[in-house]
Amino acid sequence: MSKFTKKKSSELPAISTASLPDIVFMLLFFFMVVTVLRDDNLLVQNKLPKADQVEKLKKDRSVYIYAGKPSSRYQDKFGSEPKIQIGDKYTDLSNIKFALTEARQKLLPELQDYVMVALKVDEKTNTGMVTDIKQELRDLNMLKIIYITSPGNEITE
Amino acid sequence: MARRATPEVNAGSMADIAFLLLIFFLVTTTIEKDKGIARQLPPKEPPTDEQVKIKEKNLFIVNVNREDQLLVEEKLMELKDLRQAAIDFLDNGGASSGTAEYCDYCKGKRNPESSDNPDKAVISVQNDRLTSYKMYIAVQNELVAAYNFLRDRESQRLYGWKFTEKTKDLDEGKIKGEVAKEALQQKLETIQKLFPQKLSEAEPKKTGQ
Repeated sequence: MSKFTKKKSSELPAISTASLPDIVFMLLFFFMVVTVLRDDNLLVQNKLPKADQVEKLKKDRSVYIYAGKPSSRYQDKFGSEPKIQIGDKYTDLSNIKFALTEARQKLLPELQDYVMVALKVDEKTNTGMVTDIKQELRDLNMLKIIYITSPGNEITE
Repeated sequence: MARRATPEVNAGSMADIAFLLLIFFLVTTTIEKDKGIARQLPPKEPPTDEQVKIKEKNLFIVNVNREDQLLVEEKLMELKDLRQAAIDFLDNGGASSGTAEYCDYCKGKRNPESSDNPDKAVISVQNDRLTSYKMYIAVQNELVAAYNFLRDRESQRLYGWKFTEKTKDLDEGKIKGEVAKEALQQKLETIQKLFPQKLSEAEPKKTGQ
């Protein structure tokens, strides 16, 4: 009988932490896989308009154009007129072609012909600016565009 | 030379290192959520004198002014009514039965004053330079919604599933196997042909015109 009574100790056994590294590694791998490092430093305000009839963007073949008012910390330097941003810097309308060609060259060579231009434009911008950008794109013969939107609907909200 | 047993590496700090990395990736992660409305721009062509003739009744003009007000077919309209108006226009099927243009799958009012068939029907969006981008996207969204509604209806009738849902599945890679993909693609194209998306955007007006 003493065999059984001996086992009963009054202390709680310590929880084994041996599997903790495994769990943490698992989480680590998950985040490593889903992480996309931000490549563009946003210089403009970018509150996207809402839409719900959307398609997914193929990221490997797209070039981003941002447009909107300069962010508040750049406003005293660049004013509050809407500006266009490609890559990491502000671009003039006349300079778009050059900047876009440069951005396109960064894509994989086999995907360069299928390039898609993603327009991330602030909802308060005038359509005129978007029209100007589109005219430049037509000149460049980059005809596939996608207006990036945030989920939601203008009417119901 | 005496063989010494290699001392065991202390793995106690492994968790700490892993945590450090984990926190780094947690902070830098932006989970992708870029979605939007895709459009194909018309290619630039040299100006010609030839004008493509579209009958007045086959044209649905949506005008957005600088105050973000909508003028649809020369009538003021609220944004929430635009979708239904576009559906009614596209689905009208005004051509009389027996003619080549007759639309046998349309369920509209068959008003001879409105569009002949979905293939002929063109929606034209005109906007002012000072229209807000928010409004512009909202209008585009409603028009795409009208097309999606009709395509969903037709695919439901022909194949028993919704066009938008299957397109999404295809996008997300849920359809497995080349043969299945090919077959689905073909069906989707059939639906697209029934209601081809004919959204035209007016050439921007130069100042002073």
